Amino acid sequence: MSRITQPADGTVKGHGVWHRYLFTGSIILLCLWVLVPIYLLLVNTFSTPEAVSAFPKKAFPDINTQSVEFFLNYSGVGQALWSSIKVATVTMILSISLGAPAGYALSRFDFTGKETFRVLVLMTRAFPLPLLALPLAVMYIRVGLDDSVLGLALVHTMLALPFAVLITYSLFSGIPVELEEAAWTLGCNRLQAFIKVIFPLVLPGITASAIFAFVISWNEVFAAAVLTIEHRTLPAFLLQGLGNAPLHLKFAGGAVLVLPALVFIFLVRKYLFSMWGIANR
Amino acid sequence: MYSRKLPYLLLLPSTLFLCVFFLYPFVLVAWQAFVTDKGELTSEYFMEMATHWKFNTALINTLLLALAVVPFQIVLALYMATLVNGMKRGRDLILYIWTIPLGISDLAAGIIWLAIFEQTGFLNSLMQGLGFIEQPVGFLGYQNKGTIFVAIMLAEIWRATAIVLVILVAGMGLIPKEYYEAAEVFGASRWKQFTRITLPMLKPSLQTAMILRVILAFEVFAVVVALGGTNLPVLMGEIYTWQYDLRDASVAAAYALVVLGISIGFTLLIMWGLRTPKGARV
Repeated sequence: MSRITQPADGTVKGHGVWHRYLFTGSIILLCLWVLVPIYLLLVNTFSTPEAVSAFPKKAFPDINTQSVEFFLNYSGVGQALWSSIKVATVTMILSISLGAPAGYALSRFDFTGKETFRVLVLMTRAFPLPLLALPLAVMYIRVGLDDSVLGLALVHTMLALPFAVLITYSLFSGIPVELEEAAWTLGCNRLQAFIKVIFPLVLPGITASAIFAFVISWNEVFAAAVLTIEHRTLPAFLLQGLGNAPLHLKFAGGAVLVLPALVFIFLVRKYLFSMWGIANR
Repeated sequence: MYSRKLPYLLLLPSTLFLCVFFLYPFVLVAWQAFVTDKGELTSEYFMEMATHWKFNTALINTLLLALAVVPFQIVLALYMATLVNGMKRGRDLILYIWTIPLGISDLAAGIIWLAIFEQTGFLNSLMQGLGFIEQPVGFLGYQNKGTIFVAIMLAEIWRATAIVLVILVAGMGLIPKEYYEAAEVFGASRWKQFTRITLPMLKPSLQTAMILRVILAFEVFAVVVALGGTNLPVLMGEIYTWQYDLRDASVAAAYALVVLGISIGFTLLIMWGLRTPKGARV
């Protein structure tokens, strides 16, 4: 009898079916809350330009790529897409090559100043980082980095670096030191042991954090809008067009911005938690 | 010897980077806000900012938005996290769906909710279809500041609750199962277990989540531009206007210091409010 009132999984314990309905209902409702707005954006994206500004709206698109084509051929879009990809790629490379060594050092060594460094990294979270674009705008003009891919990528690296450090820290911590030590006793030096034993094991995780850095840069608006003039990235380009661009252009642009990010997040979903789990302590 | 220097060598690039692109710029921005081109100390830029007619509105709007959005997000994320933890099957799928907005930028979120709230948008279509209205309503018109505010609120809650959820789910995973088993033995109800075990044990995660969310809420920018244009000024929007349109980096820097100031202030407040006594940590 007690098996009926108290399910063995002990999860949805309750006084009957109402709890279960409430539980399942809430989950479905919250899924719809997340998915429906994205669906509506896609409806607008795949409707004809006329249908986008028509009233009332239909709940289903007429599957038409006219709006998307119009957006992609719109002057400046191709260049903005290319700028976005370049900046995000440089950000990805910079944040991993700066962050991964730090993550490795934090996980493998005990040394004076370790805590200070950790605090410095965590401190970046308590600061509104996009503001960095203001002083850097002045600095960049002096050193000739204004309106450049590298200049913006450096700011984006600043946004992505704390994550890169924390993710790689948790990745390396998850690999037993014994594996490395075994490699040393078998004649590898530290570098060889790292390349032959550790690196293949962390590669998927490193890739995930690289992708995450890419998404951070791909999505960033404020610094991109402040620091670029000619070489606008896609978000900065869209932001500028918000005031006067026709509706179908905005929605197609929004979809182009959203879709790659969705794919990327799907790829890194396994690592979302290790990233935050370690940062809590 | 080699191995003693190695950690410092590995940390050197990122530390240098943090110094040049994090610590130094924040000093620089303070310099910009307080020192004139001729090198004299001045409060002129702050006065210009504070007496500008949009300053108070922008400050109040930013604070109100944060106040309206963040507590709601924390409660919603707590509810979502307990739901997820109560699941046996399909947990990963549901978590994936709920964390989708993590990959969506604030600008994209603004555009997504624009599809719903604009004059020929889906909300108007739905309301007309149901017979509530005859003519589409201009939810985002300049005379409807209230609905603009609500639209921005919804977009922000929609987009940024995911990050709180991830932090809280990770935090709940750290709470030892034995505590719940013990509570079960003593006959504590689900609600009691939640308030007496989950919430207190979750304090460090709640702290992280709240700090992060409050800082991000003060940075709100592209959502506001997408949904409200210039009808609802916020601090970051004003910074952008001064820096980019008006080409006055000094006043923009003064604004930046205000954002920085309230961010640090609230961070300290949250750290103090949700502090965990020493020895009570897992």
